[in-house]
Order: sequence, then C-alpha cells, then structure tokens
Amino acid sequence: MKMATPTSSKTKHRKGPKNIALYLLMIPGLLYLLINNYLPMFGLSFAFKKINYTVGVFESPWVGIDNFRYLFKTSDAYIVFRNTILYNLVFIVLGTVLAITVAILLGQIKKRMLRVYQTSILIPYLLSTAVISYLAFAFLSMDNGFINNSILEPLGMDAVGWYSAPGYWPVILTIIYLWKSFGYSSILYYATLIGIDDSYYEAAVIDGASTWQQIKFITLPCLKSTIITLVVIHLGRMFYSDFGLFYQVPMNNGMLYSTTNTIDTYVYRSLLQLNDVGRSSAAGFLQSILGFVLVLGANTLTRKVDKENALF
Amino acid sequence: MITNSRLSKIIPQTVLALLTLACLLPLLLLTMASFTDEQTLIQNGYSFLPQKFSLASYEYIFKASEAIFRAYGITFFITIVGTFLNIVMTIFLAYPLSRPEVKGRNVVAFIVFFTMLFSGGLVPTYIMYSQIFQIRDTIFALLVPSFLMSPFNVILMRNYFKTNIPEEIVEAAKLDGASELKTLLRVVLPMSSPIIGTVGLMSGLAYWNDWTNGLYYLVKRTDLYSIQNVLTNMLNNAQFLKTATQMQGVNIELGTIPSVGIRMAIAVVALVPVMIVYPFIQKSFVKGIVIGGVKG
Repeated sequence: MKMATPTSSKTKHRKGPKNIALYLLMIPGLLYLLINNYLPMFGLSFAFKKINYTVGVFESPWVGIDNFRYLFKTSDAYIVFRNTILYNLVFIVLGTVLAITVAILLGQIKKRMLRVYQTSILIPYLLSTAVISYLAFAFLSMDNGFINNSILEPLGMDAVGWYSAPGYWPVILTIIYLWKSFGYSSILYYATLIGIDDSYYEAAVIDGASTWQQIKFITLPCLKSTIITLVVIHLGRMFYSDFGLFYQVPMNNGMLYSTTNTIDTYVYRSLLQLNDVGRSSAAGFLQSILGFVLVLGANTLTRKVDKENALF
Repeated sequence: MITNSRLSKIIPQTVLALLTLACLLPLLLLTMASFTDEQTLIQNGYSFLPQKFSLASYEYIFKASEAIFRAYGITFFITIVGTFLNIVMTIFLAYPLSRPEVKGRNVVAFIVFFTMLFSGGLVPTYIMYSQIFQIRDTIFALLVPSFLMSPFNVILMRNYFKTNIPEEIVEAAKLDGASELKTLLRVVLPMSSPIIGTVGLMSGLAYWNDWTNGLYYLVKRTDLYSIQNVLTNMLNNAQFLKTATQMQGVNIELGTIPSVGIRMAIAVVALVPVMIVYPFIQKSFVKGIVIGGVKG
C-alpha cells in the first residue's frame, strides 16, 4: 500500500501525454479513410455537374438531373442494371447451395485427405483475374482453345466462337464465379459445421433418421445463422459486381456486352474509354445510393426476422 | 459427422476428388501450354499432353524481355511495401480503438465501419486521385488507392485485441513505466501474430493480384505496369498486336510479339510465387478465412 500512492500519482501525471500517443497513432489510418473513402462520398455530388476537366472539377457547372436523363436515354442503363441484379441472384443461389454441399461433404472426410481437399479447393480463390482470364482463354479460344480442339473436334462438332457469342456467357461467367469462390465459402460453412455436436447425429441415427433427414433436421438448422449472414452480406452487394470477372474474362469484347456488361464495367468504360463522365457518374451515383439503401434494408429485415443475425 | 456408411465413404471422396481435379486441371492446362512447342500449339491447340515440348517460351522471357522482369520487380515492390504499410496502419488504428481509456473510440469505430456500408464508387474516387492528388502515372497509383488499409481488417483486428489481449497485461506494462508505443510493440503485438498474419496475407494477396489500379491510373507510364497489368494488356491487345507485328516486321519488345505460348508462360511466371508461398501459409490462410469470415 505504501508504494501504491506514488505509483498511481505517477501514472496520473503521465496519463495526459501517454493518451495523446494513442490518439496520434490513429491519424494515418483516419487520414487514409478520409482520402480514400470519405472524399469520394462527397464526390457523389459530381453526378449533378457537367464535369469539364479543363475548367476544373469544382468550377464545373451544376446541371441538375441532366446526367440521369442522359443515362436513361439509351437501353444500356436498363441492360446493365438487369445484368448486375440477375447475375447476383444466380450467384447467391447457386453459390450458397454449392458451398453448403461441399461443406457437408468435407464434414465426412478424415484428417489426411481433408487437408488435401481444403488446400486444392482454395487455389482458384488465390488466382488473379488476369490469370483466370488466361485460363478461360486456354479453354475457349477459337483457334487454340481446349474445348474447340480437344472436345468438339474429336466429336465431329463445329468449333464455337465463344468470344463472339453472347448467349453462352451467362453460363460461362457463372461457372467461373462458382469455380473461383466455392472453396472460400465452403470453408466458412465447414467451420460452423464442425462445431455441431456429434451426439445429435448419433441420437438421430438411433431414431432411424436417413442421411437426408440428418442433413435436413440437424445440419441445415445449425448452419442457419451462417447462411443468413452470408446471404444478407451478398444481398447488400446486389448492385455491385466483380469488375475483373465481367471486364477482363470476356476480354472487354464489344460483341459480348449484352450479357457481360454490368454497372461496374459500364461505369468504367463510360468514364475512361468513352470519356462520358456524365453517364458514368449518374450510373455510379445510383449504384452507391441503391447499394446503401439495400444494405440498410437487408439488415433491418434480418433484425425483424432474427435479431441475433443482424449485422449491426 | 452425419452417420451413414455409404455417404461417409464413397460419395464424399468421389465428389471432392472430382472438385479437386476441377480446381487443378485448368492450371495444368496453362502450364502445359507454356511448355508446348509453338507449332504444335498452333496445330493442335492447348492440350494436357502436347505432342512436342519446348522451353522456347521461357527462354524468350529470360533472354529477351527486360520489361517482364521490370514488371515483376514492380509487383514485388508494391506487394512488400504495400503490405508493410497496410499492417502498420491497421495496427495503429485498431489498437487505440480497442483501448477503454480512449475517449470517442466508438465514434471513430463507427467512422471506420460506415465506409463498409456506403462508398462513393469509381467515378469520384478516380476524379479525386487523378485530378486532385495527381497520382496518375506514378508508383503511388499502384500503392495507394483501395488497398492501403481495409476498414474490415481494422474492425477485425480491434475485435481481436479486445478479446485476446487481457487488460491486466496492458495495465501491468504501463505500471512498469512502458510508454503506449512500447506496450503495443513489446506486449500486445507479440500476442497477436494470428491476426497480423491474416491481415498481412489478405493484403499481400490483394496487392500481388491487383491490376485495376494500373488500369485506371497508369496511362502513359506503361513501364510502371505490374505483372498483372502486363498480362491483361497482352491478352486484350493480342489480336491488335498480331496484325501490328506482321506489318512492322519482327520487333522483340514487350507488347509486340508474345506468341500464345509465351503469353501462357508469363501467366505461369506470375502465378509461381503465389503457388510457392501457398503451401507454407495454407493453414493460417484457412484460419484467417474463418476468423475474418462471417462477422468482423
């Protein structure tokens, strides 16, 4: 006790400058968020300006909703919003089903092989979009592609010009998306699944439950909150798409735009290839605002249904 | 584990073995293509068992292409520097947010979290970086936008500090007279290697694989291209270049020649470092996914 008094007064004395150090530490990170995240939020107002780089962004005149009128003049806006939403819906449904299936299968595997499977199904997740576009090209190239040369030709079928036929791309892109992402989400579901108490299954078997019944009445209910969380997160990103998947994998091919153009690729092309800042900023504005509304909506909905699984 | 003799043995093994093959075979095809003789490639296309092997593509890369080495060097540089800065900034922001004595930490945490819900998107970001900060055609273009710090990782790391670093240990260090910075470096960080590893891995992978910053901000300085930019550029320009080289005659310079085989070889070269590192970090990578996974 004797020692306590001087020590505590000492710390008290030091508390001021010490705490300042903690506040100072936060500065670089917060500064970065300000530049990288908050300034662009205010920049959303550019959607109501006619941007002219020569007079400067801030001096450019306000034009009300002209950019939005201009955006909806062509059918492009409708197509990119439709594509983005439809792809996301397909990705959510198929991605979730595949990931849960793989997680259940992984749950049946013993140690040694488990590591092999886990390691290999995660490999596609590590690849860059650039490399994935090369893999796709190796399969789909008209002249040298594996599918045309080694599958269709031996079967006596005509070569398909994959990169000029938009009809195939919803399927191609879905396969590539699933291929790249299923390992990652399977591991997430698997992590929840291994936490399920074995005694549930043992009891079920004694009661004569079939495999399907065990999955339906034990596994899936235990995965429920993980499923809800992951689906809600994805739902909140309905207006966003993987830019690389939709831009680089189809090799920015104009012939494929009808099925590969999403909001992100449209915004990029308008901004940097067509120099059409007006349309681009209007589409981007809608994406940001609708995306935000959707996140809040999805979260509110989850809160109502199942409070514990709400994100915030 | 679901109990059923049939399901527990044959079906999972078969399906997972097939999925494993589906994940690995495309990479094998790519690798084989890079080792295939150019003539064979043109005649038979890409195949898993080419008739004639050749190292010509790799010889070309090592001999003729200084540009590929430079792009490679730039990718290593931004990955190492970017990941280091990312880890430091994430720790510096996450640690104070985990300390109860920091006033206003919840407000700051919300400021961080909010960026995950709402974003300005590409147009304002691009205009800010290119018009105001003038980072176009500089190395900062590859380092700064998007990847320097992830708000998600900040929240993740703050939660880790909160739940895994006992308050008593931090207090004890301070009573011993250690400064805040010393406490962080000597006491807290040595106990936090899993989360630092996770953040580092995610950041390193993001920098190594990124090609979008180069696409947006490198307009004239193609000498600053990362290896991923070289790859995407080559694929998109392949057709254009094919005709261009035919008209100009032979010209060994990056972006003019690359034959199909050489392009595949460059893709393999871009992939190799990831594939070499991956087996060593596989375990912590899986752990990282699970930690970061569902909720921050």
